[in-house]
Amino acid sequence: MNPGRAAVALAAVVVALVLQVTVFSHVSWAGVVPNLVLLVVVATGLVRGAQAAMVLGFVAGVLLDLAPPADHVAGRWALALVVVGYVAGRVRQDVRPTAGSVVATVAACSFVGTSVFALTGVLLQDPALGVGEVLQVIAIGVFLDVLLTPFVLPVVMGTFRRLEPVRATA
Amino acid sequence: MAVDLFERPTRQRSGQGQQPPRGPMKRERRWRVTERLEDRGRPSRSLVVALVLACLSLITLDSTAGDDSPVEPVRRAVGEVLGPVEVGAAAVVRPFVAVPSWFRTHADLRGEIGDLEAENARLRTEVNTADYDRNRLKEYDGLTASAEDLGYSLVPARVVGLGPAQSFSSTVTIDAGSQSGLRPDMTVLNNDGLVGRVVRVTRTTATVLLIVDADSVVGGRVGSSMELGSVEGRGQLGSTGRLDLELIDSSDVPKRDDAVVTWGSEGGAPYVAGVPIGRVTAVYSSLRETAQRAVVEPYVDFAALDLVGVVVPSGTASDRAVIEADGSVR
Repeated sequence: MNPGRAAVALAAVVVALVLQVTVFSHVSWAGVVPNLVLLVVVATGLVRGAQAAMVLGFVAGVLLDLAPPADHVAGRWALALVVVGYVAGRVRQDVRPTAGSVVATVAACSFVGTSVFALTGVLLQDPALGVGEVLQVIAIGVFLDVLLTPFVLPVVMGTFRRLEPVRATA
Repeated sequence: MAVDLFERPTRQRSGQGQQPPRGPMKRERRWRVTERLEDRGRPSRSLVVALVLACLSLITLDSTAGDDSPVEPVRRAVGEVLGPVEVGAAAVVRPFVAVPSWFRTHADLRGEIGDLEAENARLRTEVNTADYDRNRLKEYDGLTASAEDLGYSLVPARVVGLGPAQSFSSTVTIDAGSQSGLRPDMTVLNNDGLVGRVVRVTRTTATVLLIVDADSVVGGRVGSSMELGSVEGRGQLGSTGRLDLELIDSSDVPKRDDAVVTWGSEGGAPYVAGVPIGRVTAVYSSLRETAQRAVVEPYVDFAALDLVGVVVPSGTASDRAVIEADGSVR
């Protein structure tokens, strides 16, 4: 990944993070907002493969852990998004992803990401929450992420492809 | 499938040309494609291990060190940079948030008037029955006020960022920081009651832990009986968000609609005394637990937080107008 591409990816993550915290909090459902940062990581995985997505997932996760108003143990979102990057990057790369496969990937990644975050919380006893509430949050999260997929993924994936014309043909 | 044909000569020169004459082109293509697949599909093992270990060490570092964690300065630095960005973004969004409220139907408004009238009536009865308690409370207040100077001032601030529920913690960012005189462990409230406490400040923003967070524990006092207890959050935001009140004295049963106020901590940190928290909606007692457990509905609507006030000591230097204890603005 050259510096230019890395800068664009980082900028996308920062924009996603700020939007997620300030704008989408007004349209949250039971406090759950679309996880835009996760969507950016998934887009990277679909366009550039697991390696780039995992690195970006780590950086984005650390930002998500440290940026206000986060107050949980740092590193939890980082771990969750590294796993998300791996999962998204392992989707079949030899064909250009169809709309269906993108939506399925987002749903799977959203489920996996929020679950990993919740599981680390259970291990660390960070917030002591019931399984029912956690499952409800995960379900709403998956729904909202899938809902936002048609608006976010094509834009982000298109941008990444334009920066990487050779692989765009694959 | 498109294959980059321009690179082929280089490949052949590097030893791949010594293949049987039967269709070298085809073989060549297949080789390139599989290489690319492996290259893209599977990340190198060392990277996976490095990233996962980095995450785990970060988690360990932050969770074991507690308050003086080495992550804290980094958190603050990130806050210094992203805080103002969040403040700016929230300022841009704020005018549009009000748009849906312009399109409200007559029936909707009428319904709201009905609700408000009903609530008014309920509140009036509450005030009437609470007279005796209020008088008693006044005496105590007078005592404490004379014992020590309890002059609190409020720094007004707006909520600019709400932590997503996916993080399973209820925190918000407000647009006032150490420049406005804020420090960690200050009480945050709004028109309706107690909101939370400041956990972290940057120069221009502060992070507030809401009382509905599962980690939040507030010393509470039942207004009618002066009984003490602890109020814990359940980690749920929105209209269903509730708090649990556990009274120290198990023989005392709080009544429905009893008001719960803060008990207050020494020196007013993290919570000053007498801020309304919520009202009791149900009471449970179990044989196993020795204490009574009451469900408290918070007065504050945490899903629609906007303007809040942070309790600061009187005379705090601030970059904005401070509301003094007597109601004047300085």
